[in-house]
Amino acid sequence: MKILVAVKRVIDYNVQIRVKEDGTGVVTDNVKMSTNPPDDNAIEEAVKIKEAGKATEVVAVTVGEEKAQETVRKALAVGADRGIHVKVDGILEPLAVSKILQKIVDKEKPDLVFMGKQAIDDDCNQTGQMLSALLNWPQATFASKIDVKDNKLEVTREIDEGLETIEINVPAIVTCDLRLNEPRYASLPNIMKAKKKPIEEIAASDLGVDVSPRLEQLKVEEPPKRKAGIKVANVAELVQKLKNEAKVI
Amino acid sequence: MAVLLIAEHNNKELRPFTLNAATAASQIDSDVHAVIIGQNSADAAKQLSELPLVKKVLSIEGAHYENFTAENFAPVIVKLAENYSHIVCSANTFGKNLMPRIAAHLDTSQVSDIIKVISPDTFLRPIYAGNAFATIKSNDAKKCVTIRPTSFDPCESTGGSAPIEKVDASEEFSSTKFIKREEIKSDRPELGTARIVVSGGRGMQSGDNFKLITEIADKLGAAIGASRAAVDAGYISNDHQVGQTGKVVVPDLYIAVGISGAIQHLAGMKESKVIVAINKDGEAPIFSVADYGLEADLFEALPQFMEELNKLNTIQK
Repeated sequence: MKILVAVKRVIDYNVQIRVKEDGTGVVTDNVKMSTNPPDDNAIEEAVKIKEAGKATEVVAVTVGEEKAQETVRKALAVGADRGIHVKVDGILEPLAVSKILQKIVDKEKPDLVFMGKQAIDDDCNQTGQMLSALLNWPQATFASKIDVKDNKLEVTREIDEGLETIEINVPAIVTCDLRLNEPRYASLPNIMKAKKKPIEEIAASDLGVDVSPRLEQLKVEEPPKRKAGIKVANVAELVQKLKNEAKVI
Repeated sequence: MAVLLIAEHNNKELRPFTLNAATAASQIDSDVHAVIIGQNSADAAKQLSELPLVKKVLSIEGAHYENFTAENFAPVIVKLAENYSHIVCSANTFGKNLMPRIAAHLDTSQVSDIIKVISPDTFLRPIYAGNAFATIKSNDAKKCVTIRPTSFDPCESTGGSAPIEKVDASEEFSSTKFIKREEIKSDRPELGTARIVVSGGRGMQSGDNFKLITEIADKLGAAIGASRAAVDAGYISNDHQVGQTGKVVVPDLYIAVGISGAIQHLAGMKESKVIVAINKDGEAPIFSVADYGLEADLFEALPQFMEELNKLNTIQK
């Protein structure tokens, strides 16, 4: 079984986001970037499945500008076998990314495609579901547990009401939750080894996909700030304030 | 053209956020039709027809719809879509799973998790865990929009009498099979709609210690929340998680106990009307969003809190 894992480069989850003064977006210059956190879980799961002898190859793919390749390199350092970098300038909408990934799936013919359930920059939560629609494959979104059984997967999904378990036939798409596993760190020797692993570069324009934007971002602004609150001295004062000042209990 | 609302239900009754989604749909266009897809869901369909905002109900029944599988839902909705300008549903795990599948089939760029309808083609949505708000205009002919339920009030649920029209089912998607759903049953209010939420974080130190929170929640008629750290540590199940990748809550009162206040947690609760933080680390970021902060050891503060509540003559429910 061959697993394709899609990874995205985003502003690191620990960075305090700053909105640009001209309202065109958020500040990304000199800001720490990393792999989208649940994409790390997707890579980890694919590598674990391979280590368990149930997959033969793990291919990491990213769609993005020059520096997005760092995320593929990181995936190679934690166990992916080779990488694909679809080069494109600017920000693509999930629909465009899923069309590009569809072309990569046509070319690579993986049995499974994994990715994070949501990117923490645009918070769209769309790409996996869109790709599975375009391919007409089954989808298991928000996965917190994956059992590989021959040509099927049993997947536990995190839903609002609790947990749901489904069985899907391969080929299939899985979008991963942060609770799926604990991503490993790359060791220094593996980082060195990863430098020798191949990354194929493909220009998005060569894939014959319409990636033109459908959405216009008219403005990006700071959310309204909360008024600073007060510290109370003790529990009695807290309960008194909630009862008589805020009037919420 | 009218707006098509996708109803969320459990085959017996509507799930509450359908009412919030109906409100959002009606702000896009007053001509709201609602589709309900399920198995033996006639009662829920009738309930839907009673929403005064809904002008027409489309009911689709089939055994393969019983468990709300997106692969089965998407094709029928795509077929209906030709008569509608917008497809709308909640941005909870139901809508998040389903809507992109519809949007991709329609070749539409979805607008996710909107918190405001500015005009029928322009919406406000949070990005970067709510640390920025983006105004997005959709230039697609057909628009697929998911709405953040807590940002829209629930609509009236009685008084309407929309006609219910049966629509044919589509074929079953056979590569996805539902196995089971483990719902955590509770007598407490639902986390997403509760007036008060009491949440615990890593500071609770164990699942057993959550009983300190449970006690207070029961006293206040509150729902129980948790930070991702507490869920990851196994103190409490995932359906309690509040945050960027969990649930977004906007209660009148949110009490954060032993929660440091990571950006990802704040994303799920900082719109709450009144926020209380109880934490022994006075520098914890949670205090920056708290209306009332109490710097204290929660293992001393929570029993005292319970005692103080017991002293009150009345507690709002």
